[in-house]
Amino acid sequence: MTLTEIVDIQKIRADFPVLDQEINGKKLVYFDNAATTQKPIAVINALKHYYEFDNANIHRGIHTLAERATRDFEATREAVRKFLGAASTEEIIFTSGTTNGINLVASTYGRKFIKEGDEIIISGLEHHSNIVPWQMLCEEKGITLKVIPVNDRGELDMEVYDQLLSEKVKLVSVNHVSNALGTINPVKEIIAKAHAVGAVVMIDGAQATSHLDIDVQDLDADFYAFSAHKLYGPTGVGALYGKKALLEAMPPYMGGGEMIKEVTFEKTTYNELPYKFEAGTPNIADVVALKAALEYMDSIGRDKIAAHEDMLLQYATEQLLQIEGLRMIGEAKNKVSVASFVIEGIHPQDIGVLLDNLGVAVRTGHHCTQPLMKRFNILGTTRASFAVYNTIEEVDRLIAGLHRVKKMLA
Amino acid sequence: MTINEIQDEIIEEFALFDDWADKYEYIIDMGKKLKGLPQDQKTEDNIIKGCQSQVWLNAHKEGDNLIFEADSEAVIVKGLVSMLIRVLSGHSPKEIAESELYFIDQIGMSQHLAQTRSNGLVSMVKQMKNYAIAYQLK
Repeated sequence: MTLTEIVDIQKIRADFPVLDQEINGKKLVYFDNAATTQKPIAVINALKHYYEFDNANIHRGIHTLAERATRDFEATREAVRKFLGAASTEEIIFTSGTTNGINLVASTYGRKFIKEGDEIIISGLEHHSNIVPWQMLCEEKGITLKVIPVNDRGELDMEVYDQLLSEKVKLVSVNHVSNALGTINPVKEIIAKAHAVGAVVMIDGAQATSHLDIDVQDLDADFYAFSAHKLYGPTGVGALYGKKALLEAMPPYMGGGEMIKEVTFEKTTYNELPYKFEAGTPNIADVVALKAALEYMDSIGRDKIAAHEDMLLQYATEQLLQIEGLRMIGEAKNKVSVASFVIEGIHPQDIGVLLDNLGVAVRTGHHCTQPLMKRFNILGTTRASFAVYNTIEEVDRLIAGLHRVKKMLA
Repeated sequence: MTINEIQDEIIEEFALFDDWADKYEYIIDMGKKLKGLPQDQKTEDNIIKGCQSQVWLNAHKEGDNLIFEADSEAVIVKGLVSMLIRVLSGHSPKEIAESELYFIDQIGMSQHLAQTRSNGLVSMVKQMKNYAIAYQLK
């Protein structure tokens, strides 16, 4: 099992300047990719270029800079459309990230079309940002929230899902991939079954888009949200896909500039899609740079990225399981490159603090999934999540680090 | 000893270590040795919730002085807690309220007090001072 077979790892690592540094005198190992990935120089340059040459407010300017900024902003919309497999750019709304996309759907579609006595289904694998917006909506409208349970391997219990579905269910919102465990959920099946009872489906794609090929039309997803910063793009920007008919029926999210057609003090008519949902000056620079991130992934090949990450996950899992007292949390058959684990008698935070001193960055804690941690009766986990620039040697550093940590805490 | 004399003493102890691991092993050792709190005192009233680990803090007065007891689930936090108790516990509420904690920075552990969300230590220091202020008013 050699790395060079799949990707040119040295070339890729050279694209990420942040990786070339020492922490506490040791070469940085960055394994917190599920929280955010590092940015390639192409993305950093796109941001720099935008501010150095093209900065202007978009859409209504008639001067050259405004034209360039608008062209590049809209070029990203087309790139995102292609990336998600959407039918039209009208279905791509720029947001500040996944959380924003979910809140948009809860506040507009949810408030307008879901009523007292109706039901919403989420799952036990959800991040807090795919729980709380629905809880807020449920509280406001008298809607019941139901939860698909998680089995011991960290997979959704689809039999219970079948039982939860009824004509009362108006919306199902689940993640495509679990951030805490890496489980890939059978979203195509979840969507088909929800549609059979007339419910719409929102997919939280935050953890999926950097690992899997997404085709919203094939999935038949009604809404799909993701964040740029988890796929080598900038922070503070993301996109929400929504089926055109649904987006058209939905009321606007925020009022302001850009989202209007005509404003009088008596009445305002709203702009057409997707601008109806993009009030105010958007995050232009980061949207422009998002395209560079998508192009970067394509330049390596998304299948190659996935294969490389799978190789790292397999190797890491094998090595981790050899550590005495270590237990993997999340052993789903289908999972992305996330290794979440606990070590008997050791608090995850102690592991994280000591690994940091050894130059290894992991995430510890509940990963914003407190109900899921409760399900496994644990305080939290240590999570190592891998990206395209990670190496076998870095996994070895983690393993050696864990042995050292165990010794120090013994 | 005054609060500052104890702080200086801790700084001197840490000056002996030139390796990060020795430093942490010392803190881990202190964490393990801290008596902590009995389960029935780990109440919701005493809890200081951090994002990653929590701290329980209890205060009572003995004579003129304020006594702190505390516990945490994570041993490194517990070691840091142990030092905070060593520095602040057993002094008058006035001394505690007016104290300035500089030893954490000096021993190179300030990052543990900077991450407000992660371990509850910042809140713990604040809470210790709040107890001192409250007891001063009594």
